[in-house]
Amino acid sequence: MNVAKRTFDAVIVGAGGAGLRAALQLSEAGLKTAVLTKVFPTRSHTVAAQGGVAASLGNSTEDNWHWHMYDTVKGSDWLGDQDAIEFMCKKANEVVVELEHYGMPFDRTDNGKIYQRPFGGHSMNYGQAPVMRSCAAADRTGHAMLHALYQRNVRANTQFFVEWMALDLIRDADGDVLGVTALEMETGEISIFHAKATIFATGGSGRIYYSSTNAFINTGDGVGMAARAGIPLEDMEFWQFHPTGVAGAGVLITEGVRGEGGILRNASGERFMERYAPNLKDLASRDVVSRAMTTEINEGRGCGPDKDHVLLDITHLSPENIMKRLPGIREISIQFAGVDPIKAPIPVVPTCHYQMGGIPTNYKGQVVVPKDGNPNAPVSGFYAAGECACASVHGANRLGTNSLLDLLVFGKSAGETVVEDFQSGQLKLKPLPSDAADVSLARIARLEGQTNGESVHEVGLEMRRTMQKHAGVFRFDNLLKEGVQKIAEVAERAKHTEIKDKSKVWNTARVEALELDNLIEVARATMVSAEARKESRGAHVRDDAPDTAENPNGRDDANWLKHTLWYSEGNRLDYKPVNLKPLSDDVEPIALAKRTY
Amino acid sequence: MTIDRGRVRWQCRRALLELDLVFARFLDRHFDRLSDDQLADLDDLLRCDDYDIWGMVNGSKPCEEQRWKEMIALLREP
Repeated sequence: MNVAKRTFDAVIVGAGGAGLRAALQLSEAGLKTAVLTKVFPTRSHTVAAQGGVAASLGNSTEDNWHWHMYDTVKGSDWLGDQDAIEFMCKKANEVVVELEHYGMPFDRTDNGKIYQRPFGGHSMNYGQAPVMRSCAAADRTGHAMLHALYQRNVRANTQFFVEWMALDLIRDADGDVLGVTALEMETGEISIFHAKATIFATGGSGRIYYSSTNAFINTGDGVGMAARAGIPLEDMEFWQFHPTGVAGAGVLITEGVRGEGGILRNASGERFMERYAPNLKDLASRDVVSRAMTTEINEGRGCGPDKDHVLLDITHLSPENIMKRLPGIREISIQFAGVDPIKAPIPVVPTCHYQMGGIPTNYKGQVVVPKDGNPNAPVSGFYAAGECACASVHGANRLGTNSLLDLLVFGKSAGETVVEDFQSGQLKLKPLPSDAADVSLARIARLEGQTNGESVHEVGLEMRRTMQKHAGVFRFDNLLKEGVQKIAEVAERAKHTEIKDKSKVWNTARVEALELDNLIEVARATMVSAEARKESRGAHVRDDAPDTAENPNGRDDANWLKHTLWYSEGNRLDYKPVNLKPLSDDVEPIALAKRTY
Repeated sequence: MTIDRGRVRWQCRRALLELDLVFARFLDRHFDRLSDDQLADLDDLLRCDDYDIWGMVNGSKPCEEQRWKEMIALLREP
């Protein structure tokens, strides 16, 4: 089959915040830049980010990057790399002010500065008191950011390939990255994008879970492509969950509902939080509530025919109060749970929200892998930024508002590194291997020819159910062990998916089958990495690693203060050290301590 | 000019999970039966920002375009 070839200085996969920020850096430096995206850029999932972007501008309260760095290291439960965290916190003001100059409509103080609001986990003076660090544009921060960046890219002549899905990473015999293959949905044709630099900015992969707040586009395409091409995935056991997503849908029910008096109940109607948190009850912290909900479900006290959720009850509140204070929640419940919360409780379940792990990178946005004794050797021509990447700034747990900061700082940094490497002549257009498109063509041909195969929907559902049950917010050794086996079986089934519609033009069934290949890699990485890590740390909480004097919060620094690396080939694990040393002498390392708030 | 149904179907993939769920239901129930005129109305609606569509679907924002009203009503069906 003849495959068309296009040549660029750089190709970027993904047009959310990280991809657009990186693209801007390249296009403004005059590099011929292509951005591939499955959906129109301003429909990327960055739109859903509401909270804001962290920066120690100090406009509303005193602040500095040292405090922000401390909060981020502590939030990461010391799994974050301190060089990358220092870099991000130091760069925060610069990237936020830049965005302001691009026309981002930030909320303002009375004297015209960017207004800042407090956010969970962010503090002044090393945990002493809440700080106002989040810069927001009402509750539409991600949306406004994406529009500002897109407009700026149009001005800079970035070339967008909208409704194109990247399929596979192209590497040569040296392991260098030479671009990607991609499917144009409108024609169904496969092309090669040959480039000196390839940047992945494909976002998160939260659709591996049955209950996920992520939009349908979040299928881990970059993460899956990297894994198939032999790049290890870092710290994939760490996923942030929210306790109350609508069961079966994933749409978030804000904590405010419990603040207004909402009560969690099990199948017998018991207010079970009284047993787990006698004082705070339903207002206990996210992890405590999620853990209690999971225990109720695992011990057979869940609700519904499959006993797979609990109920959030506000029927005791007056209808007037619900209509007045929680109108959005009532609408969500009617739309997605089919119940009016005035009359009946809302089915809820802990819900996957954010991926802390991903493609391993350094603070420059270069993808790094172990090679010749160096745990962090850059892969020539390959860069990544945003949720698909693991720099690692979030470590075992992300602070709210640090994700929008991550994509700005590392999107820009990856772009700057590419421009430097390009201008120094280090980046060359290496010749394409003759088999550059073979992997993708074989995948497509396999789908075309498959008969008596598996349904994409059924295999995807089995994957999501397996992940939810076996690698959810609260983890058990026996369930994880079973999960490793089960997800291997699901992955085997995924090799035989069949689509009935074999047409080429706008064949969404084919796209969904190709997306499943990516999700499966992420699911395998998550399950295997989680089973192996025998401690609790940040968002990875195990029943058999409880809080003891020796291991506070179940964290075992002696054995597990290290990054996981999972390789798709052989389903094997490796580990590399956490970088506890900051980038510069401006700051001392943040010493290990118990994470308490 | 005829509108490609496959393209419109794909463009029902949105940035917000709320809309993905609403459109998934709509695609199952109604999409294959839409007339060419209705398809054109949907295509037009899909050009809107996600928060605007979600606002119209959840009733917090009025639907200002006459030609979107029928589609919004179908999307609102619980």
